[in-house]
Amino acid sequence: MPQLHGNRVMLILRRWIQILATVLSNAYWKFPFTKGIYQGNLKAVCVPGLNCYSCPAATGSCPLGALQNFMATLRPRFGAGHTHFGLYVIGMLGLIGSLVGRMPCAWLCPFGFLQELIHKIPSPEFEIPKPLTYIKYILLGLFIFILPLLVVDEFGYGITWFCKHICPAGTLEAGIPLMLLKPELRELIGILFHSKLLILALFLVWMVVSRRPFCRVACPLGAIYSLFNKVSVFRMTHDPDKCTLCGACYRDCPMGVKFYENANHYDCIRCLKCYQESCRFGAISYEVAGIPLLKALKRTAETDAPME
Amino acid sequence: MAPKKSTLPFVLIVLFALFLAIGINLGEVSSVLEKAIRVCLSCMGIG
Repeated sequence: MPQLHGNRVMLILRRWIQILATVLSNAYWKFPFTKGIYQGNLKAVCVPGLNCYSCPAATGSCPLGALQNFMATLRPRFGAGHTHFGLYVIGMLGLIGSLVGRMPCAWLCPFGFLQELIHKIPSPEFEIPKPLTYIKYILLGLFIFILPLLVVDEFGYGITWFCKHICPAGTLEAGIPLMLLKPELRELIGILFHSKLLILALFLVWMVVSRRPFCRVACPLGAIYSLFNKVSVFRMTHDPDKCTLCGACYRDCPMGVKFYENANHYDCIRCLKCYQESCRFGAISYEVAGIPLLKALKRTAETDAPME
Repeated sequence: MAPKKSTLPFVLIVLFALFLAIGINLGEVSSVLEKAIRVCLSCMGIG
């Protein structure tokens, strides 16, 4: 069925969903007039992608920020009789991960979308060494859970370590816009802000020459979703009998995954580009709850084909 | 070849749905809202 692989319907659909998700996550366009952030009830809901909740246009919460905040305030809340462990956020992320694994990174994350757009700038291509892709798990454990929980002040409050020291999305979406909106904040700028600007600048340059460097190296949210790639309801499948090891899937993959080595690799974001565009031999397909959808599609296509 | 089916994803779905429900029941939604409606100076790199 070459027509199934040749068309770009799913790629165009993904682009539109990325645009829609970015717009919906940042739909508070009154901010230039209010000079503040959105404070409505929608902020109680975490968005599935990385989107800073202090972005003036943000309509939802960042799941990573919310999770760190639960860890940072766990002790004083517990002391006050509130058993808040962050189960609301962990449950939401686990539910999404169990259903589709790392798919939100490809389809719904505004920061992932930005990286794909910036990588369109013509430049030499630099591959990211595999050991660097494990850093995100260290950041997840240390900066999202351990440090906010253990490094506390005299009242028992920790800080949101990843937001404060690393997150380039926060600098881009909240730091810079709010500095422009609120001139009084500029007086508070110190070495921390400059170090975060430097991190953002480094990632922006890296995005030009490498594919999704932040997702692959430093995103703790992607690290959480990636834990579910092998066990999610939606899974990619590889047919070694049809695969010629041509490497087309690897060359086209926005995450630099060698699909033929591991169909549900921790860095696969299920963008389906390899399935839709790269593989000309039908070696790549996907399944939902163990039911291969590609075969179902093929059957439908054969059934729908005109009789000769 | 019969499709390989696993019950693990569904066990995980039930488990995390339970976490979500418990979190909501404990009032964690308002905690998220409380944090998200204030400008996070840490996120900006000045807190």
